[in-house]
Amino acid sequence: MTAIFEHFNFVVVIVLMMTGLFVVFATQNMIKKLVGLSVFQTSVFLLYISLSKVSGGQPPIIAKKDLHGASYPADGGYDAAPDSAYQAAEVLYSNPLPHVLILTAIVVGVATLAIGLALVVRVREVYGTIEDDEINKIDYNENLEGVAR
Amino acid sequence: MQIMSLFPEWILSHGAASIVVVPLLLAVITALNPSAKLAWATVLGVTALCVFTALGLLLQVMSYGPIHYNMGGWAPPLGIGYYIDGLNAPLLLLISVVAFLCTLYALPSVIAEVEPKKRGPFYAAFLISLAGLLGMVTTADAFNVFVFLEVSSISTYVLVAMGASRDRRALSSSFNYLIMGSIGATFFVIGIGFLYMQTGTLNMMDMARLLQEIGPGDRVVQLAFAFIVIGLGLKLAMFPLHMWLPGAYAYAPSFFTAFLAATATKAALYLLLRFTFTVFDPSWDYIATAVMILLAGMGIAGMVAASLQAIFQNDIRRVLAYSSVAQVGYMLLGIGMATTLGLTAGYLHMINHAIMKGALFIAVGAFWYRFGITQVSDMRGLGKTMPWTMAGFTIAGISLIGVPGTVGFVSKLILVEAAAENGWWWAIGVIVATSILAIIYVGRMIEKAYFKPVPQINDRPVLRNEAPLAMLIPLWVLALASLVFGIQTEWLTSMAEAAAQVLSAGPNTDVPGGAYVLPKVTGGH
Repeated sequence: MTAIFEHFNFVVVIVLMMTGLFVVFATQNMIKKLVGLSVFQTSVFLLYISLSKVSGGQPPIIAKKDLHGASYPADGGYDAAPDSAYQAAEVLYSNPLPHVLILTAIVVGVATLAIGLALVVRVREVYGTIEDDEINKIDYNENLEGVAR
Repeated sequence: MQIMSLFPEWILSHGAASIVVVPLLLAVITALNPSAKLAWATVLGVTALCVFTALGLLLQVMSYGPIHYNMGGWAPPLGIGYYIDGLNAPLLLLISVVAFLCTLYALPSVIAEVEPKKRGPFYAAFLISLAGLLGMVTTADAFNVFVFLEVSSISTYVLVAMGASRDRRALSSSFNYLIMGSIGATFFVIGIGFLYMQTGTLNMMDMARLLQEIGPGDRVVQLAFAFIVIGLGLKLAMFPLHMWLPGAYAYAPSFFTAFLAATATKAALYLLLRFTFTVFDPSWDYIATAVMILLAGMGIAGMVAASLQAIFQNDIRRVLAYSSVAQVGYMLLGIGMATTLGLTAGYLHMINHAIMKGALFIAVGAFWYRFGITQVSDMRGLGKTMPWTMAGFTIAGISLIGVPGTVGFVSKLILVEAAAENGWWWAIGVIVATSILAIIYVGRMIEKAYFKPVPQINDRPVLRNEAPLAMLIPLWVLALASLVFGIQTEWLTSMAEAAAQVLSAGPNTDVPGGAYVLPKVTGGH
């Protein structure tokens, strides 16, 4: 039981991931399939972001002053050399890289969803339905007859 | 080297980046271009430049060894590194050459199949897809691979759906491909996430080095391997995960089908090779087992099942699409043996299959362009009505079967040799049996074309109506290539051997600039 709470982020990720995949496979409705796909992709975003947290780490922005009592010279700002106490201070930052990666992955996910929805609109225009099994039935008959429209 | 002086300085110093960046940047300009002719000319220029650059890179790799390129001057593992060696340089040339030939072919084919106002963006999407494939093959950064994988996939979904003006099934096929492709890419990125969790780096060489330190016992790394293999298996149409492929190949615009069939699955297969053999350690137990049981096993299953399915298809494009799944099986079987000879066979078949499948799909597009033919039964008399096109189709077809004197024979022979060396006698039996199945599904089409009378319209036979020159030239370049490389086997085989040597050398831990030490944050500059 404690193992579950210690790895709470993974539990959330796994539940979301499986929900998303199940929706993609179980439903015949194309819009719902895309919703499932989005949930699935979002679970991966959570996985990345949750693993970037370093316990006790602060946001990865270089602190200007008041860091464990050390500070820059008052007038210097970022350009001046930090004093020796500042240099000696061990600073623990959270890892910023996964956030950047996931920013890219979110863009990819949005693009996929947009293309998918555009396709569903066209499918609705051409087939008159967005149920996958009905479309498969229509396509199957066409494949047998070999009639292209 | 004398020959290197043919190439300008920028190819030698920045070729690795420019082969990806140039198509990507010019795609934007092409998309805004109002004139379809001008867009086509841009694409032709870009693909010609890619061929030239890829040739320069290949020669550079062959004479000076692997190329490390630091994107933006930031040294890996912090920066994104591009890495070209004997494994991916031939593939870069292959993709570029196929893209160039397909672009030649696109001029008549796109006019027939795509609405006028969509042609500019259509070419732009093609350039993006090309840039994505080239990027997947060039980059040495694991997350960069995912980005390029999605760049090429998303433009591929669009391009497949563009076939809807010809056949509405393109839409449902594209949607299926989108669902399956996104699941595959997401599985891949989960795998990369697990690897990042354990190693803290994204550079493939640095990852390989740290994985060596972690060792084979780590559960998270094992999980990462499973996710990466399944994700890439979806992308490369490994047997039970191939359901998206027949529809996508059959209903995409014929120009894009030729390009897709010749390159897309190959780039994914390259990634599988790169990750399995040079990032993970193939001598680890679970990886050796997965390679032997999963890759070779699914390869064999795919060879048999997809060849059988190909026999029962009515649509020519679906026959060839199922045949593609079967051919991926041959490549996986070679890779599954994990010996140098087996890897050579798998890699060689990858190149050879691109040559012959490209030619076959170009010919099928020409049949549609002249007569609207998509069904095997409608191929009656094509030997008389389109003799040159049909001759090219036949050469590529017999190469697909593996008749001596063609490229298909060379790679199958090496595959049989590798199986014999491994003592896998049953595999030889399966290779021969599936080649016989290939005789049935290719022979069925050739028989219709040459031994059935020309169809009659209003009691008069259909007149000869050859495909335009812009279609015949790429078709015959590929068909002749499959004959020439079937006789002059040395060149392609030595490249495949070089690639196999890269793979059998085990994990590549050659991080440029040495191992990475986390810098202590000191603030200030």
